[in-house]
Order: sequence, then C-alpha cells, then structure tokens
Amino acid sequence: MDLDFNQEEQAFREEVRQFLASELPADIRERMGRDDASRISQDITRWQKILHAKGWGAPAWPLEFGGTGWDKTRQYIFENECALADAPAQLAFGIKMVAPVLMRYGSPEQQRRFLPRILAAEDWWCQGYSEPGSGSDLASLKMKAERDGDEYVLNGQKVWNTLGQFADWIFCLVRTDATGKPQKGISFLLVDMKSPGITVRPTRLLDGTFEVNEVWFDNVRVPVANRVGEENHGWTYAKFLLGHERTNIAGIGSSKRELRRLKEDAAAVMKEGRSLLEDPMFGSRIAQVEIELTALEITNMRVIFAEAAKQAPGPEASMLKIRGTEIAQRISELQVELLGGDALAYRQDDDASRATAAYLNLRKLSIFGGSNEIQRNIIAHMILGL
Amino acid sequence: MDFSFNDEQQMLLDTTRRFIAERYGFEHRNKVRASADGWSREVWAQLAELGLLAINIPEEDGGIGAGPVGTMLVGNAIGEGMLLEPFWSSAVVATQAIVQLASPRQRGEWLPALASGVSIAVLAHDEASTRFEPMDIETQAVADGDGWRIDGRKSLVYHAPAANLLLVSAKAGGELGLFAVPAGAAGLSLRPCTTVDEQGAAGVLLDNVHVAADARLGGDVREGLQAVLDYGLAALCAEAFGAMDRILAATIGYSRSRVQFGAPIGSFQALQHRMAEMLMHLEQARSMSYLATSQCTDPDPRARRAALSAAKALMGQAARYIGQQAVQLHGGMGMTDELDVSHYFKRLLAFELRCGTTDQHLENYRRQLQAA
Repeated sequence: MDLDFNQEEQAFREEVRQFLASELPADIRERMGRDDASRISQDITRWQKILHAKGWGAPAWPLEFGGTGWDKTRQYIFENECALADAPAQLAFGIKMVAPVLMRYGSPEQQRRFLPRILAAEDWWCQGYSEPGSGSDLASLKMKAERDGDEYVLNGQKVWNTLGQFADWIFCLVRTDATGKPQKGISFLLVDMKSPGITVRPTRLLDGTFEVNEVWFDNVRVPVANRVGEENHGWTYAKFLLGHERTNIAGIGSSKRELRRLKEDAAAVMKEGRSLLEDPMFGSRIAQVEIELTALEITNMRVIFAEAAKQAPGPEASMLKIRGTEIAQRISELQVELLGGDALAYRQDDDASRATAAYLNLRKLSIFGGSNEIQRNIIAHMILGL
Repeated sequence: MDFSFNDEQQMLLDTTRRFIAERYGFEHRNKVRASADGWSREVWAQLAELGLLAINIPEEDGGIGAGPVGTMLVGNAIGEGMLLEPFWSSAVVATQAIVQLASPRQRGEWLPALASGVSIAVLAHDEASTRFEPMDIETQAVADGDGWRIDGRKSLVYHAPAANLLLVSAKAGGELGLFAVPAGAAGLSLRPCTTVDEQGAAGVLLDNVHVAADARLGGDVREGLQAVLDYGLAALCAEAFGAMDRILAATIGYSRSRVQFGAPIGSFQALQHRMAEMLMHLEQARSMSYLATSQCTDPDPRARRAALSAAKALMGQAARYIGQQAVQLHGGMGMTDELDVSHYFKRLLAFELRCGTTDQHLENYRRQLQAA
C-alpha cells in the first residue's frame, strides 16, 4: 500500500506543472470563471488549441485517434493540475462524451470525419439528451425521428442544452420506435446545428447567465449516415457515454483550488484580532471540508486503482459524484459566508459577486450528470444489490 | 500509488479472519463476555500461536515486524470480530512503547513474553488532564534511593485488569518519564469496570509505588510517547473500520430479509438512500484509515498529527452515522442485546470517545490550518 504517486508519476506531474506555468495564457487564467459565457467559450477553444499543439488535446483518448495514451492515473494528475492552475476545463461534450461513443460504436467514416475536428477545437459539440418531460427518467424521451428515404425527420424539443449557442454539432437521443419498452426505441444521431429548422433559445439562469438552452427541432432533416451504430440501440450508447461523463466527476482539482482561495481569503478577514481562518467556528467548518476533501482524494485514487484494468468506470463513480459535488457546494457556501453582507453586492466584475454567482451556479452540481438522488439509486442497486 | 497488499499482509488478514470465523463467532463471543474475566485466555494463547501477538515486534527481536499495514489488516479483522481480548492494548500499544522506547535489556526481557502471550502489558497514560492536552499529566515520579516513587491516578485504562505489566507515564523532574510497574506492586490498586463496549478496564491508583531505577523506559519520552499513541490511534481506526464494515453488511442483509407491506424493506427508496449514505461514510472512512496507517510513523510530528486528527475526526463521524443508522434500520431488533448490531454500535461509540473525541481532533486539525 502506498498513497503517494510513484517517481514517474511525480515527474509527469512536474512536467504538467511546467507546461501550465509557461503555456496557459495569463489573461485566460485571470478570467477563469469570471466572465460571460461567450468569452469563456473563446477561452476554452483557445486553450484546447494550445493543448492540441502540445499533443495533449485528448488526455483519455488512445494514441491511434490522436490521444495521449495516458493511463487513468496520468489523466487524473493532468486534470487536477489544470484545475489547480486555473485553466479552463476542456469542453466535455466533444472530447469526453461523443468521442468515446464514436470510437466504440461509430463507423470508420464517422471517426475520420469528426474526431480530428474535436481534437483541434474546430467543432464545438453540445448534447441533446433531456426533454421537458424526460430528466432523470431519460429513457422516456419523445423527440421523434421518422425515416424518410436516406434521412430522418426530427421534431421535438431538447432542454438543459449546455453552451449549445456556440455549437456546430449536437448529438441527440431520438425516438425511432414508440411501440416497445422505452429503452428499445431510441437512436443516437449527430446533427449539424446549421440544419434548417433548428432554433436555439437561451434559458436565463438564477445567476443571470445564459449557460443552457432549449433547442427546438421543426422538421429537421438528418442523413441516416449520421446515425451512430444501429437504429433503436441508442440507449446502449447513451449509457456508455454517461459512464465516461463521470470519470472526473469528483472534481478534486477544482475543489482544492477553491479551498485554497477560501483559506487565503479567510486569513485576510479579521475578527476580534484574529483571522477567520483562526476563528474556532469558521475555522472548524473549513477544517471539516478540508478533511472530507482529503478523504475523497484518496477514495478517488482507490477507484482509479481498482478501475485500471477495466474499460468504463463502475458504479463507484456515483460515490465520487455525490461527495465531490457536496464538497464543492460546501466550499462555495463558505466563500459566500466569508463575505457576510458584502456578498449581497451582486455585480459581474468583483470578488463579492464572483462568490455569490458561483454559489448560485454551483447548485447545478448535485442536479446534472444524474442527480445525486439518482446516484444514490445507482449505489443502492449496483453496489448494495438492493 | 498502490492500494494492494503484499502476500504476507494478505496472509495476516486471512489468518485472523479465518480464526475469528472458526473460533470467535458471535455465540462464542457471548460466552466469553459472560465469563468471569470477560475475555478468554484460551483465545489469547491461540492468537499467540498464530503469531498475531508478535506482529509489532521487529524481526531482530524475534517478532514478525508486520508494520502499520499488517497491524491495520489484523485490526480490521479484530474489529469485525469485536474481540474482547487485549490485542490493541498489549500487542499494539504497549508492545510499540517497548519497541520504540525501551533499552535492549528491557526489550529482551519483555518482548518474548508478550509475543508468547505469557505476559500482557498495558500503557497507563491518560488522566483527567490529558483530555485536551495529551501530554499534560499530573502523576509524579520522584527519585527515591535506588529507584523511583510514583504517585498519581490514571483514568480508564483498557485491559488493565488483565495485565501483569503496566507502563505508567509520570512527570520526572522536568521530563516525561515512562515506568514499568508490575501488576502486584505495593501501592498499586485498580478500580475495575466493564466499558460500554464490553471490554475490561480499570482506573489505576498509584500510591507511593516503588520501582527500581531500571524500570524506567528511555529518558524524556514526551515525543516518543506521542509517536506510540499515534501508532495506536491508527490501529484503533483500523478496528473501528472493521466494525463499521460489518454493521453495514448486517444492515443490508437485514433490509433484504425483513418484509413489511409485502416487500423487503430494502426495496424502499428512503431506506436505500440511507444505506447508500452509510456506504459513502464507510468508503471515506476506509480512505482515512489508509491515511492514518500510512502516516502514523511519519517522523514529522506536525504532519503526522494532522493526518491522524483528520482520520479520527472523519472516522468518528462515520462511526456515529453508520452506527446510529444501523440501529435505526434494524428497528426494534436493533435495540436488543440479541443481535450483533447493538454490540457493534457500542464498539463504535467507544471508538468515538477513545484516543480523543471527534471534536478534539477537529480542533487539533483546525489549529494547524494554513492559508498557503
């Protein structure tokens, strides 16, 4: 048993740190998470191109598709270091979600066409999964795709579509058969966002930002060649994709970064001659969350170690998701409470608003990617066997 | 990064588990509990035969030298079986105290007897005043002719009634000293009790107890004793993990078999989510037990204390959540003496209170928080 990274892994971590120190543009680092969505989307694209030039554009992809060939430990180290250095998170929809599906189930033609453009940040991808009546119960989705010669004709609505206002492509789950069990009649389609009949309507969120959209489909025609795998087998691909979405769900790196900020800020707020970091009450709450994060970091490494031999993450990822998001939300709460009444000044350009805006925005963590209640169902069924 | 165990470590775990499965089932434990001593000399001799009492004795002293990881794995199994024998007190803590602090002559005298189970030793350190400051004791040792005279009062010492050797800490001038006191020493008296987790213990009164000069272990043991206590804390965490693991398994099993409203209660979502929460507490606790084990011999006391306090605080919280919910989910059956659940529950309560409470360790951790 050894909780530390081995020498090669430590050397790798050092290499990543040096790369980040020299290649992450200062203006992007400064802006991290403090700007509007359109600016953030430009930063994500710029950073992806820098990573791609280095050969690190897709940490989890195998070498044959232009990935790094890194093992899970190196992927974990890389993502943590990027987050700690205030680098923008890579856009998951292309690299982490649709790409693994294409590699596993896509045709060679689809792989050739789409994967290099994802890697080089030439295509921005978004996700068409949830519908107004289908959230946690995703398999009940209704958006119709009717066959018409070599094309499908799509009619319906997708919601909670993240950053789709910048997207070139959307991958969609659609209903191609409504007669059998809900899971049986779903297909997985790749749709050009410039197709006639698509309307994107931004949804204003509680923090005032536009991060998600409604996407309406009105007789949108999609070539059958853009279907991944077989017709009516989309649920299999969707489940495969959801497994990949959860690989870094614990968010250890970003929580460590925010905890570091919290402690720095707490050390600067004075109360009766000592800082809030030294205050028994506030300090205990920081101590509590830091201890839980320490435990989760080890739990995360245990899961990586156990999964090293497997292809897709197991149900243990649900534990990482729940605890990781709880910790991130708790740190965010403390960042707001640290400011006290100053957190009320809700503007877009100062630290006070940043903490409050983050608090509002991060409520999403326990809702998206399979709500934490759904994750508890998964734990109960898949791990506890109930 | 490696979360596997080597063959020797795995064998220690398997050996201990097999022994408990074959010789220390819940029914047998009940008999041991009801016996006059409250623990079994026969079991103790068998543990010695298996070599388990020698795991903390270095190979050069004739032991197995299994180190913190081996001790953790044996501790897991002992927690699973809720052993009542003085394994932690004698084979972990007192043995470590001797290994780390005693002279070669003392090691030669005591360690073989501890390994063979002939001798049982306990560390008598805690006092009312150590609750918030672990090294703050009032017991005094005064040079007296050719030896020392010790006066003081030690609070609850686990397994003191079973011991024939007590390692007693006392202030000796400006130093913190550790002294070997035989169980029959004049002026030494015990006030025995049974703890909430059904183990033998005693308050220890030292009234004008004389020991020879060579009864002292080491010089000023202020730092050395802290290292021993930290090693013991990691081992106690391992026992607690074993108990948490079993009480959750018992709860899951019960929820599958108990039928109400025409269905196993484990099929109800409210209870499923509770058990999912228990599992997350358990897995976080396992991670912290690993951390405690890997850090408990760190020579930097500050880093070591921070890691151990983090582990004890989190595991104390996990013990409380898992223990309470296990009783709750067993319903009325969880309140009975009949099932193992209530016994695990009490073992976990004792864990919370031993070696510093959750609050105390959270406080220790908070004090070392730094911004950078």
